Amino acid sequence: MDRYRRRRLRNTIVLTLSIGATAVGLGWLVLILGALVYEGFRGLSLAVFTEMTPPPGADGGLLNPIIGSLMLTILAVAIGTPIGILAGTYMAEYGKYAKLTVVVRFINDILLSAPSIVVGLFVYEILVAPMGHFSGWAGAVALALIVIPVVVRTTEDMLLLVPKELRESATALGMPLAHVIRFVSYGAARAGIITGVLLAIARISGETAPLLFTALNNQFFSTNLNAPISSLPVVIFQFALSPYADWQRLAWIGALIITFAVLALSITARALSAAGKSS
Amino acid sequence: MLEPRRQKLVDIALSSRVKSSAAAISRTRILGRLRFGDLLFRHLTRAAAILVLIILSGVIIALIRGSLPALQAFGFNFLIEERWNPVTEKFGALAPIYGTLVTSFIAMLIAVPLGLLIALFLTELCPMWLRRPIGIAIELLAGIPSIIYGIWGLFVFAPFLQRTLQPALIDWFDNIPVLSALFEGPPYGIGVLTASLILAIMVLPFVTSTSRDVFEAVPPVLKEAAYGVGCTTWEVVRYVVLPYARVGVIGGVMLSLGRALGETMAVTFVIGNAHKISESILAPGTTISATIANEFTEAVGDLYTSSLIALGLILFVITFIVLAAARYLLLQIEKRVG
Repeated sequence: MDRYRRRRLRNTIVLTLSIGATAVGLGWLVLILGALVYEGFRGLSLAVFTEMTPPPGADGGLLNPIIGSLMLTILAVAIGTPIGILAGTYMAEYGKYAKLTVVVRFINDILLSAPSIVVGLFVYEILVAPMGHFSGWAGAVALALIVIPVVVRTTEDMLLLVPKELRESATALGMPLAHVIRFVSYGAARAGIITGVLLAIARISGETAPLLFTALNNQFFSTNLNAPISSLPVVIFQFALSPYADWQRLAWIGALIITFAVLALSITARALSAAGKSS
Repeated sequence: MLEPRRQKLVDIALSSRVKSSAAAISRTRILGRLRFGDLLFRHLTRAAAILVLIILSGVIIALIRGSLPALQAFGFNFLIEERWNPVTEKFGALAPIYGTLVTSFIAMLIAVPLGLLIALFLTELCPMWLRRPIGIAIELLAGIPSIIYGIWGLFVFAPFLQRTLQPALIDWFDNIPVLSALFEGPPYGIGVLTASLILAIMVLPFVTSTSRDVFEAVPPVLKEAAYGVGCTTWEVVRYVVLPYARVGVIGGVMLSLGRALGETMAVTFVIGNAHKISESILAPGTTISATIANEFTEAVGDLYTSSLIALGLILFVITFIVLAAARYLLLQIEKRVG
């Protein structure tokens, strides 16, 4: 009986610990989001969206970094998505059994988790150093390099989920493979591929490290992609580490904006992929 | 979108029955165009796939080229020297490498048991209707950008640790020989320990979700058999689930380790950026990524820039090895499952 009780006790201890661990994990999420909402909403006002970043000690908003971030994100997605979808298409459709696919899948998975600061260094070496100045283009390319692996991965996964009978019937009708892929496979995998793109956007909208020495920062309003351009994450970095209370307040607001954008994107993506699976 | 195309293909099929030469010519032309289109699309997708390879090799080549001046100037000593002096242009990477490894190690020490316990809760204990919401909530932790962890760590977490955990640690281990050195000095708030704790929170979702996935891949028959002979939940997990899922768990842990090693912004905020190796984990330190993030734009002189790129190269090599090993292990699991 003693042995039995010991086993029961050990079981209870571990199960309690596991409940505790889950509580700790969820608690952290609540603490972080709570601090963000508390600190962010305190300073939130319309001026945040209509005024430029201020010099220390003055009032201002986050208009230029918001615009800059939007521009960089849109450009990065415009560059990275087609490449990612095409590469994913090759891996799932044309080269399903090719050696190249195995290698690319392996490399892509590594790029997916590679440190983003290294991507920044790479773009600095190939774009910023030869051009002689920091630029919005370099920032967009750096972000695009982070988009590509995410999109490649989801495109391949989603295309592989398309039942092969669909492709076979289309081929039996005499459709060339390119048409089968474009009108049958893409059609069936659309929700999944869009999910992948949304996840990629969520991933890059908070990326700071690759922008630090590519897009740099710009204190003034600028939409010139050949010049340094301001972005929310870099402004948060700079303002949060500054000794000025106004700047720190703006950093919190920026953090709140980014977090909610990212969470909204990932929840939309999740809902979309759930809807795609059930239909 | 589909209609006009289908029309065209039907036309082709029908027109083939007409034996006039003009129709035959237009048919071959259309077929030729289709074949060309197919070929073009095939090569386009193949080129995109190859581009992924080019990106990776490009990263490696660019980093090696960029770090050559530093590696030539310092040679192997770059890896084992602690000094980091921009004024005299003498650089060594030991302190950042040490910081990177120590913070990641402590982070994994905390995140792995926590993550495994959460995965255990999600697969064995949690009622069905709660599994999805809790799983999603944990994964949201992974979605929060690292700069958010940074700002939270700097303004909320570090001051909290400075008031509570750090003085307590200094007190507790004051008279114990080895540990007193490990937890020595004033509680700065920021430092190696704070960075490690933030890293632990950040990689927790990765450990959790990969462990949960491999736990779920354990055939229910095995677990049911164990429950059938009277095992407790813990015994089922300990003697059936964990041995079966071992390779997958290790793969997931190494994947998370890869993330922790390369994590930049959150660490940059809270580690204190001191180029020295301290015995105490309460003291400020630095990591490879934090050093690059902090100093790169302000680096003057080719040797300084090059040394920072060399740091990036070292980081890339370390994470590459860890991630490649992780992928290899996870591939083994996938082969066995599917």
